[in-house]
Amino acid sequence: MHFDKEFDASGLSCPMPIVKTKKALSAMESGQVLRVVATDPGSVCDMAAFAEETGNPLLSQSEETGKFVFFLRKG
Amino acid sequence: MATKKMGIIASKGALDMAYPPLILASTAASLGWDVKVFFTFYGLQLLRKDLSGIAISPLANPAMPMPVPMPVVVSVLPGMETMATGMMKSKIKKKGVASLEELRSTCLEAEVGLIACQMTVDLFDFDKQDFIDGIEYGGAATFLRFAGEADVCLFI
Repeated sequence: MHFDKEFDASGLSCPMPIVKTKKALSAMESGQVLRVVATDPGSVCDMAAFAEETGNPLLSQSEETGKFVFFLRKG
Repeated sequence: MATKKMGIIASKGALDMAYPPLILASTAASLGWDVKVFFTFYGLQLLRKDLSGIAISPLANPAMPMPVPMPVVVSVLPGMETMATGMMKSKIKKKGVASLEELRSTCLEAEVGLIACQMTVDLFDFDKQDFIDGIEYGGAATFLRFAGEADVCLFI
């Protein structure tokens, strides 16, 4: 999937993947796509909650070799 | 949609109890919520410039996971608190859990309102010089004015 920006939250635990996702999105334009990689299993539920709560749609989430990959579109 | 609000009272100053208010406040701020945390009694320790004194005790803390079962009579020995605190801090670092300093600066950056309980400052003769900048000093009414309109209100 196309993305405009990405960051790696591997190794970080709650709440830092969410805090850093928020920071990354703040610096982006509406409609742009952010790719986030995380290793925290809690981030699967948290990222969905974050997306819904902040109005930045979660386009997809998947697991690749123990890593969780999220694509969010800035709302 | 109106901005959601959360008010938290942080009343504990032990290492384990320092985390919940700071995690919830920084997360809620990331969700775009308006957040205020009122630090009272031992919770006020979390506003000190120097957080290195924040500790955890295995004493009267039976749920704390220890490498070996620790009888209470051992927990009271000198140095056990220092040891438990060191173990916990090294685990926190190893597991990628943010430090208290990091969470607190995240809160400040996200404009979480940090309120120090003036009564507690006076009660324990604390020196305001020991506390971080960017906080306000107030009492119960200051917190309740905000909490009265909050969607989520927690006492920790």
